[in-house]
Amino acid sequence: MIEVENLTKRYGPTLAVSDVSFQVQKGEILGFLGPNGAGKTTTMRIITGFLSASAGRVRVAGFDVAEAPLEAKKRVGYLPENPPVYTDMTVNEYLAFVGRIKGLRGSELKKRIGEVSEKCAVTDVQNRQIGKLSKGYRQRVGLAQALIHNPDVLILDEPTSGLDPKQIIETRELIKGLAGQHTVILSTHILPEVSKTCQRVVVINKGTVVAVGAPDELTARLQGYGTVLVTAEGPAPEIMSKLQTVAGVNLVEPLDAVGARVTLEVHTEKDHDVRAELARAVVESGWGLLELKTSGMSLEDIFLKLTTRDLTEEAAAQQEPPAADGESIAVN
Amino acid sequence: MRNILAMAGKEIRSYFHSPIAYLVMAVYSVLCGFFFYSFTATYVVQTFRMQAMGGAGMPNMTINDYVIRPLFQGVLSIVLLLLIPMITMRLYAEEKRSGTIELLLTSPITDLQIILGKFLGAFLLFGTMIVITFGFIGTLFIYGNPFAKPLIAQALGFLLFGGALLALGMWISTFTKNQIIAAVVSFSAFLLFYVLNWVTAYSNGAVSRVMAYMSLTTHFDAFAKGVVDLKDLVYYLSVIVLGIFLTARSVEALKGRA
Repeated sequence: MIEVENLTKRYGPTLAVSDVSFQVQKGEILGFLGPNGAGKTTTMRIITGFLSASAGRVRVAGFDVAEAPLEAKKRVGYLPENPPVYTDMTVNEYLAFVGRIKGLRGSELKKRIGEVSEKCAVTDVQNRQIGKLSKGYRQRVGLAQALIHNPDVLILDEPTSGLDPKQIIETRELIKGLAGQHTVILSTHILPEVSKTCQRVVVINKGTVVAVGAPDELTARLQGYGTVLVTAEGPAPEIMSKLQTVAGVNLVEPLDAVGARVTLEVHTEKDHDVRAELARAVVESGWGLLELKTSGMSLEDIFLKLTTRDLTEEAAAQQEPPAADGESIAVN
Repeated sequence: MRNILAMAGKEIRSYFHSPIAYLVMAVYSVLCGFFFYSFTATYVVQTFRMQAMGGAGMPNMTINDYVIRPLFQGVLSIVLLLLIPMITMRLYAEEKRSGTIELLLTSPITDLQIILGKFLGAFLLFGTMIVITFGFIGTLFIYGNPFAKPLIAQALGFLLFGGALLALGMWISTFTKNQIIAAVVSFSAFLLFYVLNWVTAYSNGAVSRVMAYMSLTTHFDAFAKGVVDLKDLVYYLSVIVLGIFLTARSVEALKGRA
């Protein structure tokens, strides 16, 4: 549905996007992941025709956005990071205007306004001035705007940024509900968002694609091995040598020791669940087993691994504590 | 065409949602009303004086020449220099500031349709000015009998003059997110174009003749007299087309730079 080939964008001497290629299948939700300033927004703006590419091509439903912009734009709904709303209009006026410039008229326009208002839950504020609405409502009005002409493709730039946890969950559900009938690209720098909503992920950093794949796939590819954390009560060296003998264990490393309590990191072979064996080994030797859990590499780890290969000090700045906090509240 | 009308309708609605439309109309009414009153009063006093002197050698003083013409010529153009920037400053600057420019440029509507829609919307608001002006002039028809025909040329000239300023103001508005900057730069540019013909007072070379030709004022003179001259018509239409063309180029450049 969307084909991006060797896309490059220069702003003067700076390279914002460099040789980016990927494809999105019909009905798929693609996550566009990367730290702030990685080139996500630039890439999305080129797909929507807001910016022109310096090199490379983008096709939406077979139409080149540079050569047949109107045909491509008819098939794209776009929600920029800040919802492009006219604050002096009411929700209905706004949707009517957007519908008109997207080619809807008369009864069809009315019908669509009703449908998208319902879908995005803005019916109860339809006669309120947009400037007086909360950020969450504005975001939903922005989404309604992107959907009004029933586009094949939806481009959502950080659709959940600035929303409260409840709104984030609602927006995510809404986006998930759109898959199938619409092809969706959504960008984010919030990781759990990707694993929760997207079927495929493109990780982008400093303007280049560093990884493409399903969230699980990415985890598996980068991980290479499994890790189990074991906390036990007993003499550390003995426990370590005992665990080392369990089949499937590659390496045992001590992580922490408080008194007689030791925490060990057990690296195992890929796709080899040794937890039961480990538990038995500890208990049968007469030591106390306090805790045993797998510690899979999270998307955060992968993300960091992919995007910090050549930058370290920036990494800390790119992790946005407020967003992450909101995230954990949302999850719990 | 429907896209252009949709855009124009949106612009008009924005003008009337905000205080701009009311402010522009109110300021215009006050200024135009004062000038109109001054010229009429002067005219009345002058004619009485002439009659008291016996009317010997009295020039043919018509209302057209002594009230309507100066009203259009001298003063209205100056008021327009001030008020047109207030109409055009938000056209693109506001879209850029609020991010709605992203909506417009990613919608299936051409840049030219957006530009023409905005121009039309601004022009319609500007059109209320001529309605107000004719409201004042209309009173002259109640108490006197001016010639009606020159008014057609004057109205046409007024609309073309305003249209030219609107097109240039719209272009200037594409360069900034800040409406105040757009207004100040527009006003300065208009003022410069307005006084450009002053160079003829001290110079007679080819350059000064070209500058005088470019001046907005020079081309309004004939219209003010009630004469439609083809070269003036061509001048104003060229400026309008140029303004629209430059706006299109500037919007196109936005896509390259972001």
